[in-house]
Order: sequence, then C-alpha cells, then structure tokens
Amino acid sequence: MAGHQTYEEQKALVFRGLMILGIITVVEVLIALFAKGHLVPGIKFNEGFGHYVYMLFMIGFSLYKAYFIVFYFMHMAYEVRGLVMSVLLPTLLLVWAIIAFFQEGNSWGERREQLRRKNEEVVRPLPSRPQGFYRLPNSTSLRLPVAG
Amino acid sequence: MAETSVAHAHQTQAAQADNGSAWDGAREPFKASYGKLMMWYFLVSDAFTFAGFLIAYGALRFSTPTWPEADFVFSSFPFIEGHLPLVFVTIMTFVLIFSSVTMVRAVQEGHRENKNGVVFWLFLTILGGLTFLSCQAYEWTTLIVKEHMTVSENPFSRHIADGIYLNPDSSEARNPDGTLKTFAKGDNYLLHKHDGKFEIPLVKYTSGEYAGRIMEAGMGPKAFGALFFFITGFHGFHVFSGVVILTIIMINAASGLYVARRNGYEMVEKVGLYWHFVDLVWVFVFLVFYLL
Repeated sequence: MAGHQTYEEQKALVFRGLMILGIITVVEVLIALFAKGHLVPGIKFNEGFGHYVYMLFMIGFSLYKAYFIVFYFMHMAYEVRGLVMSVLLPTLLLVWAIIAFFQEGNSWGERREQLRRKNEEVVRPLPSRPQGFYRLPNSTSLRLPVAG
Repeated sequence: MAETSVAHAHQTQAAQADNGSAWDGAREPFKASYGKLMMWYFLVSDAFTFAGFLIAYGALRFSTPTWPEADFVFSSFPFIEGHLPLVFVTIMTFVLIFSSVTMVRAVQEGHRENKNGVVFWLFLTILGGLTFLSCQAYEWTTLIVKEHMTVSENPFSRHIADGIYLNPDSSEARNPDGTLKTFAKGDNYLLHKHDGKFEIPLVKYTSGEYAGRIMEAGMGPKAFGALFFFITGFHGFHVFSGVVILTIIMINAASGLYVARRNGYEMVEKVGLYWHFVDLVWVFVFLVFYLL
C-alpha cells in the first residue's frame, strides 16, 4: 500500500518516473533517427554489425522502461516475494517462444524458393489400382472368437 | 446497503486474521487482496496474448525477404506536409506516459483518502487516454485513406537489390534532367493508387540474384499491414476499455462509494494496474513496430 513512503517521496517518485520514461523515449527516437540517417545526412548504421548493436540498445532501453513501470508504477517492488515470482517467472516461458518462433520464421524465409517450387509442382497421377485389390477373400471369417 | 456489508466484511476479516488458520483463508500469504491478485494474473495472461502477437510479427518478418522501414511508413503529421519520421508516434508515447503518471497520482491520493484528488487525477488520466485514441485514429486514417494500406494490401515495401526504373514499354525511365532513375538496395517505396488500381512500376535489377532481369516492384508483404492493424488495434481496444473502466471508477469515486469502503480506494489501485499495463504493452509495441 506504499505506506512506507512519505507523501513527498511519492510525489518525487512520480516526477522521477516522468523524467526517466520521457528521457529514455527521446533518446530511443533520436538514436533511431540517427541510425537511419535522418539526423546527420550520409551517416547511417542500420546494416550489418551496427544494426545488431542498435537493436541491442533499443531492446535494453525498452526492458528498462518495462522494469520501471512494473516495479515502481505498479508497485511490484513493494510486493511479497511470492507474488512477484508468481507473476514474473511465467513470463520466462516467452524466452523459449521467442527463440523457437524466430528460428521457425527464419527457416520459412530460407525455404521460400523451395516452397514456391513445391506449390507449383505438377504431380503425376498414380496408376489406378486393380479392381477388387482390397477385397478380402470370400472365405475370410469376420466372426470374432466367442469367449468361453 | 452494499457499502456497509463491504465494511463489515473487512472488519470480520481483520478479526479472523488474528486467530484464524491459513486454511480458513484468514491469512493473506501474498498480502494482497483477492481482487488485486486476480488483476495481476489477468495481466499475466494478457501479457502472453500480446507477446504471442508480437512474436508472430517477428516470425513473419524473419520469413519475408523485404520489410518496410518504420521511419518511412510512419512519417506523417497532422497539418504538416512532408516527411517527419517517428515524430507523431513519439508524441503518442508521451501522451501515454503522462496518463500513466497521472494514474500514479490518483492511486496515491486514494491511499490518503482524498476524494477530490482521486477524481481530479483520474479525470486527467481519462483525457490522456482519449488523446491517445484520437492520435491513433489519425494514424489509422492516414494509412488507410491516404496511403491505401489495409489488412490485406500493403503498398509499402523496400527494393531487394540495386537497379533502375523502366517505363511501361520496358525502355529506361529518366529523370527530367536526363539521368537514369536509379534505386539502391533497401530503398523504401510506396505504391500509389490511381482509379482504384495500384500503379506497379517495372524495374531492372543490376545487383543480387535477379541481376539483369526485368521485374515488377510489387506490393509489400501483406503481413505488415495485417499485423499493424491487428496489434495496434488490439492495444487501442485495451486503451478504449481502460477509458471506459476509468470513467466508471471516477464516477464511483465522485459519488463517495469508495469513501464508505475505507480501504484506501483499492478499486482505483486495481484499475491503475490495468492502466499501467496498457502503457507497458505500448513500450513493446513501440519497440517492435517503430524502433526495430
């Protein structure tokens, strides 16, 4: 219930939150525009290695924003450990979801040509089966053995 | 009637907490009320829904050879002609941050049992939510009406290799000053619609695996439009629901309902959790759609 903080401290937290979230957002957007060559004409780093560094920073900033919102705006920092764990631990499942589905998407991407060829492939019809091939001989008994 | 019974329930709960056993439900192991706890678990499930959508975005993006760039697609601004990449969506983000901050203030005033404070800050939060929705309405309208992106058609794309533009009769297209109309790998383009049909230019690639071939610079990946409208739409619907719930809570607070409950305006705290979650989701929608 946030009873551990004075009213002044609470108001200070609100101001700090506004500053942190606002500044990070502005920094993110400035880096994004800079990386794509909008701020300084001719300078971009959205290819190859630079792009990975860029993505790492963006994901890092966003995770920090998420942490701040959950722990201070939603008061997770002051909750009982069991509650914190029961909410945060399940989200770790998403780590595997991200790995698995991105791998899958990548594989679709690499097989596009193969998939296209397969879709356009004309399949020769199978020769027709001899008539009566699957019919059981007349002598076959389908009666089940009676128990006892 | 309901108010007194709630207050009564709290008193009995407090009395039981002294000598009741955990199995009687007398103790709260998580030191949070049932309602607050369930709000947290609802948010966990909602987080998984959004994560599913965003991961689908990632998987489809990886599977596609080309994907439009956010700073090209999202570059319009109301009343200003020209190219202002990401500016409008940054303002939208700020609107949500502000409304999150006013929500924190409302919860704090609730803990102090300050009715007027709660109503005032909730009102500002609702205004923030409505502003965000209006911004989103503008963004969607621009994309649908002006740029003709829908859930099934996406005119935004990027060139997969270097090349030159051709005229419809396959001759080389030239700029007014006589130079060839060239493009580089990764350049963004937007196809324009005339008389209900997209004009698809012919191009000749000069690099990459299609070098020398004459091809159409076609429509962009369909999934981009579909995912954009579904994911921002789903988030926008959460904002809309939030605005409705906040309005109800504000009216209840103003009527004095929560004064009678004497539990530090816990309803405001619960709807506050939901509202912060909406902001939290936007952090990731913003990351995935506009930054990466």
